[in-house]
Amino acid sequence: MKETISHNKEKVISIENLSKSFGKINVLNEVNLEVYKGENVVVLGRSGSGKSVLIKIISGLIKKDSGHVAVLGKEMESLDSKQLQELRLHIGFSFQGSALYDGMSVRENLEFPLIRNKRNLSKKELTESVEQVLHDVGLLQTIDQMPSELSGGQKKRIGIARTLILKPEIMLYDEPTGGIDPITCVELNNLINKVQEQYNTSSIIITHDLTCAKTTGNRIAMLIDGKIERQGNFDEVFASEDPRIRAFYNYNFITRS
Amino acid sequence: MAKDIRMDQQDGQAKTFGDRIMDFFASLFDIYKFIARFCKEAFTAPFEFRETIRQCFNVGYKSLAIITLTGFITGIVFTKQSRPSLSEFGATSWLPSLISIALIRALAPLITALIAAGKIGSNIGAELGSMNVTEQIDAMEVSGTNPFRFLVVSRVLATTFMLPVLMVYAGFIGLMGAFLNVHQNELTSFTTFIHDAFTRISFLDIFASVFKSLAYGFTIGITGCFLGYKASQGTVGVGRAANSTVVASMFLIFIEEMVIVQIVNYMR
Repeated sequence: MKETISHNKEKVISIENLSKSFGKINVLNEVNLEVYKGENVVVLGRSGSGKSVLIKIISGLIKKDSGHVAVLGKEMESLDSKQLQELRLHIGFSFQGSALYDGMSVRENLEFPLIRNKRNLSKKELTESVEQVLHDVGLLQTIDQMPSELSGGQKKRIGIARTLILKPEIMLYDEPTGGIDPITCVELNNLINKVQEQYNTSSIIITHDLTCAKTTGNRIAMLIDGKIERQGNFDEVFASEDPRIRAFYNYNFITRS
Repeated sequence: MAKDIRMDQQDGQAKTFGDRIMDFFASLFDIYKFIARFCKEAFTAPFEFRETIRQCFNVGYKSLAIITLTGFITGIVFTKQSRPSLSEFGATSWLPSLISIALIRALAPLITALIAAGKIGSNIGAELGSMNVTEQIDAMEVSGTNPFRFLVVSRVLATTFMLPVLMVYAGFIGLMGAFLNVHQNELTSFTTFIHDAFTRISFLDIFASVFKSLAYGFTIGITGCFLGYKASQGTVGVGRAANSTVVASMFLIFIEEMVIVQIVNYMR
């Protein structure tokens, strides 16, 4: 279990009373959450509990109904599209399904955000950046492969590499270990910790995998029925007598056994 | 009075006839917003020149083979079908004029548009649909790229500007097919054929065909992009986007053909 980060540090994400509904379905209900510099916060919850919606609101992909979201000190609702685009360069988003561009090779996938945002880079600088970040995720050998030739775990790593290439301050991981075998899960958890140390990122990790939560999270936030019901380190959260939290823990334990 | 209530296949909720009417108007409003956004983003910097040229290559060059084949066959078949009727009046010398009028005024723009709706429209619908359901469009957006400008504007501009080029090419190839058949049967020389073919063609005919092709190209591009960009429900949604693009594009192409022909006839 990872140690807790001091809350005297600077807040990089601040969420207050965030609510979001889709039609009549209330997905997020008065959510409050803060992420401090250098901290990995794991948001745990069942499928459909609004975890992915939460990080999509933080990255500006989905609009909130009410509440406040501030990222790196900037209120999301006050940003115009250009400012939002600039802010997004400081946020890395690792998608659940990797979201690699099918028509591009691994090299082109990684070059794409660089070419789009840093247009004055030479070909040599591009290649160096791509090779460096691929080396960091341990997949330099896949540089000229197409996404369809990669395994699920490799795709996830390349997806993370693509976000790291812009050197983000914040990482948002959507189910990083979803649909992956246990050994690859361990490798991905180690990679998330390596990214935190090497790139000095603050992260929100969305998962329902307790091993991932325990290995990568400095703090755990339990999202149940659209509300953060409990926060703290792993042991503090699961010391709860709340039957919903106990059931979540027991279910994970039973299935893993 | 019993209401017309059916279960909606998508969300399992009961929808009344009134709800469906409202959905229809909401969809029309979505299309209006999509086109308005295209108009805004197409004419403001930064422009996606490189991607637009890449898409022009995809739309134009990669369609040449099928356009060549269909244009050539159309020319030959139309000539063969027209000959018996004209020969009854001893007017087979009119074949080049008849064929060129038919090809340039109607067949070349329509055939090119229908082939493009099937080949290019479905491709755009499926590609953007697939990118949407696998979150590739979201990934583009969070990495600081405007996906609408990169994916939609470039594709719509490419189809709009390449359709007239393909139409001119299809018309030329169709005439070549017709010439081969006429030359074989009537022993007409190439010079005479071209002279006769273009005697009856006016500037208005060519202008109307180019204008029609621009309209068809825009229709195919915007339909494919709209349906692909809004695709949902996984692989089913991707298939539906590709299929709907072809059906909607073809339907709109025929409506536009009818309207433009009325306008051109009024001007003639």
